[in-house]
Amino acid sequence: MIRITRKIEFSAAHFYHNPNFSAEENRRVFGKCNNPHGHGHNYVLEVTIAGEPDPTTGMVLDLKELKDILQTEVMERMDHRHLNHEVPELAGQIPTCENIAAVIWKLLEPKIKSGKLDRVRLYESPELFVDCTADATARDGARA
Amino acid sequence: MKLSLTRRYHFAASHRLHTAKLSEDENKRVYGKCSNPYGHGHNYVVEVTVTGPVDPETGMIANLGQLDPFVQREVIEPFDQKFLNEEVAEFREQAATTENVCSEIFRRLKGFPLARLERVRVEETSKNSFEIETDVNTLDEVRA
Repeated sequence: MIRITRKIEFSAAHFYHNPNFSAEENRRVFGKCNNPHGHGHNYVLEVTIAGEPDPTTGMVLDLKELKDILQTEVMERMDHRHLNHEVPELAGQIPTCENIAAVIWKLLEPKIKSGKLDRVRLYESPELFVDCTADATARDGARA
Repeated sequence: MKLSLTRRYHFAASHRLHTAKLSEDENKRVYGKCSNPYGHGHNYVVEVTVTGPVDPETGMIANLGQLDPFVQREVIEPFDQKFLNEEVAEFREQAATTENVCSEIFRRLKGFPLARLERVRVEETSKNSFEIETDVNTLDEVRA
């Protein structure tokens, strides 16, 4: 099996706020990330596809195809957007790195027709990233 | 789908590779210039990966407001700007190799109460890194 990884970058704004919490609780739990004016990050997204190379093309999947999927599913939805207000898939969720990575996984998984989505790694900064991978138990189930 | 969160931390420390279990000649032969009795230093990078359910109230596996001070207290404060062989008790008895440093950091962090420690990876330089994963059964480090 071969893994191939494509990287993209997008810039977006967000802030953390839970309407179930009091103003004081929001400040305590989320700290300065609670600033209602929002703040932004240069997100770096690494998408890894796993599979066997096609014997004719020698490719697990056409990287151009993956590039187009990432453009449509991620860039157009999230680049230069406010994640709290402009991304319907995140509506009702706090746009943490965990929740954004999970949304990206759910958007990409059905679009990958050659190979399988193996990992979504989302960097919020060089010092913080989230990995989203297939659940080992679900994967075992699929194999059986 | 499984999510993990990784945070990178930094500390600078000196060490000397030397063990009382070997003669001076053997220490020189095994560790070479790393055995210089005056020591030498590195900018260490510690990558801490935790996993667990995402709290729907916060959207987080672990709040950095709690993870950062824990790592700061357990690892960064005791290790940063120190001579590991003399100033971290655990390395008086065992060589301060980065294998042992990684293992000691794992031991100090595995008690983090708010998420499960999944991996500790230590970069001694940008060219050398060492990592330890959690055994899912014992929650201790994976031993062969």
